[in-house]
Formats: sequence, C-alpha cells, structure tokens
Amino acid sequence: MSTIAIRSASPTRRPAPIGRTLYKQTRAQARLLLRQPAMSLIAIILPVLLYLLFGLPHASQAYSPTVSMGAYMLVGLGAYGVGLIMVFTFGATVAMDRGQKNDLLMRATPLPPAVDIAARVLVAIVFAIITLMVLFAVAFAAGVRFEPATWFAILTYLVVGSLPMLGLSLTIAYLISPNAAVAIVNIVYMLLAFASGFLVPMSQLPNLVQQAAGYLPTYHYGQLAWSAIGVSTESVVVSAAWLVGYAVVFFGLALWAYRRDASRRTG
Amino acid sequence: MRDAAVELVRATKNYGAVKALTGVDLSINEGEVVAILGPNGAGKTTAISLMLGLRRPTSGEVRLFGLQPTDRRARSRCGVMLQESGVPRLLKVAEAVDLFGSYYASPIPVARALELAMLEDRAGRRIDELSGGERQRLYYALAICGDPELLFLDEPTVGMDVASRHTFLKNIREFAGSGVRTIVLTTHYIEEADELAERIVVIDHGHVIADAPPADIKARVPGHRVTFMADPTLTRADFSGLPLEWLDLSGTSVRFLSNHPEDVLIALIQRGIRPVNLEVVGADLEEAFLALTNPAGAAA
Repeated sequence: MSTIAIRSASPTRRPAPIGRTLYKQTRAQARLLLRQPAMSLIAIILPVLLYLLFGLPHASQAYSPTVSMGAYMLVGLGAYGVGLIMVFTFGATVAMDRGQKNDLLMRATPLPPAVDIAARVLVAIVFAIITLMVLFAVAFAAGVRFEPATWFAILTYLVVGSLPMLGLSLTIAYLISPNAAVAIVNIVYMLLAFASGFLVPMSQLPNLVQQAAGYLPTYHYGQLAWSAIGVSTESVVVSAAWLVGYAVVFFGLALWAYRRDASRRTG
Repeated sequence: MRDAAVELVRATKNYGAVKALTGVDLSINEGEVVAILGPNGAGKTTAISLMLGLRRPTSGEVRLFGLQPTDRRARSRCGVMLQESGVPRLLKVAEAVDLFGSYYASPIPVARALELAMLEDRAGRRIDELSGGERQRLYYALAICGDPELLFLDEPTVGMDVASRHTFLKNIREFAGSGVRTIVLTTHYIEEADELAERIVVIDHGHVIADAPPADIKARVPGHRVTFMADPTLTRADFSGLPLEWLDLSGTSVRFLSNHPEDVLIALIQRGIRPVNLEVVGADLEEAFLALTNPAGAAA
C-alpha cells in the first residue's frame, strides 16, 4: 500500500502552470501533424509545386515596372500556402478530434479549451513559416531577389494576415459534420484562393469575380501581402481594417459554433 | 466529519421532453468508493456528465469540492475515465500520459502511471496499435496520472477478459487506498461494484431507487440467472412456490432469476423435471433490473 501513496497531503491543490501545459499540448499537436504526412506534407509541397508549374515559366517576365512575375506569384502562392494551413490543416485537426470524440475527455480534464486552441494555432504558425521558407528558397533559386527587410515583411504580412482565417476554419469545424468538413473546407478555400488572385493574377479573372473579390477576406489578405512588394491595389491600412473586421466576425462565429456544438453534444 | 467531494442537490436533467434525471440528491464524501449502477438509459451517464461539468443540470445544483464542476480548481483534483471518449490515436502511450499529466500541478511520473496501469511494456506503442483491453488500461493511466483525489471511472473494465479484469480491479482498490482517494464508478456488473465499492447507488428511470452498502443491495436483486432446456409442456404452475424473482418460458427454453438457484433446481428435479444444457451464471444487474421493472415478465 505504501508504494501507492503518492498523493501529496496538501488538501488544497493548485491548477497546473499554464506555460507547461501549453508547451506539452503544442508538442503533442506538432507530433500529431507530423505523423499525418497527408496533412503536413501537402501544405508544404502544394504551394511549391504550383510555383514550379505556374510561377517559374514566367518568373523573369515583368508584372510591373519594378516587380517580376516570379516575385508577384511568390507572394500569391505564399498566401495560398499559408491560407491552406490556417483553413485546412488547422480546421481539419479540430474536426477530426471532434469526429473521434477525442475532445470529450479533454473537456473533462483541467485543460482550458483556450490552451488547446492556442497550441493548435502555434503549430499552424510554425508550419506556415516552414512552408514559406521552402517556397522562398525555391523562388530565390529561380532568381527572385529582395532586400532582407522585404523578405521579412512578406513573411510577417503572410503569417499575421492569415490569422483571421483561423476563425473561419474553426467555425466550419464546429458547425459541419466532421466527415463533410474537410471536403467543404477544401472547396470553399479553393474558390476563395482563386477569386483572390492567389493562383491566377486578378487581371485575368472574369470581371464579375474581380468585382466580388473586394468583399472576400482572402482578397484583402492577398493585398496586404502584396503591399510588401509594392503591388497592392489598396493601402495597408485598408487591408488591415478589412482583416480585423473579418477576424471579429469569424471568431465571433467560431465562438457561437463552439457553444452550439458543446450544448448539442453535452448541453 | 469529512467534506463532500461530489454533491447533487435536487439535480434534474431533461433532454427536450425526455427526463434523464429527476430531482436526484446525492452526496459523496471524500474517501468514499461509490458505484453507480443502473440499466442503460437509466441516467447514470447523465449523472456522471453532470458531476464532470460536461452537461449542465436543467435545474438543481451540482458541486465538486464545493465548486462548480467546470471550475479548473475542482477539475485539477479529479481524474476521469470516460467510456465514450477517444484520445488522439497517433500519440504513443507514454506521450499521452505525459501530456495528460501536464494538465495537473503535480503529476505522477509517467513510468509509475504506466506501471499502475500495467502498461510498462507498451510505453512506446502508438495508441492505434493497442488492443481493446490495453486501450482501457491507457484510459485508466490517463485518469490517474494527475494524482487525483477524486477518480471518475465510467465502465472501467469494458473490453477486458476475466483475468485482467481481476488484476485491474485489484489495482484500482490499491490506488484508492483506504479512504485516501474518492472513487465514483459506473458499471453494469454487480460483482464489480461489490468488489470495489463500499456504497452502491442504483439509478433507474432518472431516480435513485437504492443507496446502500453492497450487501443490502444484493439482497434486493436476484443474484443468479439460470437457463436450461426442458419439455415444452412445462408451465408456470411447475414453478409455483419456488424462490424465483422472474421467469421466462419460451418453447423449450427456460430462463429464471433467483437468489437461491440451487433450491429451485432441487425442487424442479424432485418434481420430475430434467433440466438439459443447464447454465447458472451471476445475473448482470441490467438484466435483473429489466426483469424487475418489466411487469410482463413478472415472476410465477
């Protein structure tokens, strides 16, 4: 019996320090993602592949007097890749945990739900940075050159500007059946990315799409990123304001969807 | 006097028109080992969900250590094993235990938790490679890894064979210590409740219909189920005056529940009835309750 008596005698016990919990939760989320190459590798490979196929052949052509096609498409496909991680990779893991009821036990533990979400966000950000580094390396090899400050600005705008989409992703993950969520997220995101000029320059899109694009979150995300190389159609402040607005809407919706889901399953 | 670890005060839970729990009063003191028994749909899962703060009562109150069950301070003192929940399958056993330990202030060392759950040799296995019984033991390891004062065990031995079930129950009993930890477990099996618990709470149709030590409860529930084959001419009259709780005759197959199966069988044989393919097993509680609450199958 003495071997079992591990429990400390203190009658009132404190909750665990948040930092340690966040660290372990983040590490576990990163491991889970790495062990699903179908999810982690696609997010890294797809933008690079698209850049090799569509960006490189026109890399040396001029998009504007100062910016090459290769530079322009680097930013567009960077936005595509980071958006894919925020919308697809991040949301799919939430939806899958929900589908396998992994979240039920977690909800009964002292783990604060916000720490779980924060861990997933951190992993998504790290993956986004890795994706961009790979893409940057490919573009550099293809002859794309910027000042160090510009590389850094592209990276920062792409990562920070993508955060509102986490809210969209969470909303879908909590709202739709886990099996359907992955497919729906993919279709919705592909349309958004296309209409926002990530894959094909805006000027080549149908007029109607170009007009509608101005209301899309991904459009303003793209414009924010392109402003880093001076080819945005709107000022940084306008892009940022749109993105903050969308962040409020999406995270508001996500909170509503989370509560709705929680009360349906465990209300 | 010890403080209440778990308190339900006139707790009622409705799902739309369905009344899952009706005005349940229940207080579990620190150090008690309590089994909650009842058929499926009786309300025991709902009762546990309320205690864990996974569901909110429609009316009434639920407290854990005097706090709201969703309070992190209360949850930090509880370990949970939930029948219907999964864990991320791609984690390894030791990783999952380490992760869950980090939710608590002073977790048990991972190796020790694995030892207590008899999983030492599975530490590096991925969870999706575990057998059903091993997975059940992993859930147990996750429940105890935070060194909890209060342990919730929802159907802990489902999926285990008899031998590992026995060892497993022994481990739980040791972990509970004597009045050191509080344990709340739900189960279908009266033997399991008997082995572990010092108090049994029986829930049926959303009400607590019994709350007493195991010996008292067992006396109210038929302890054995007897089945055999006999001549189809057998009637209920052949069983008159025998100590049966419930009897079912269909064709040549005979089933009854009794606390004294040997008396019944001796009497039947003396009456010239020859039971073929005779089987006597400990009735599981769910079946016994179904029989007791089903007037159509009323005893002879």
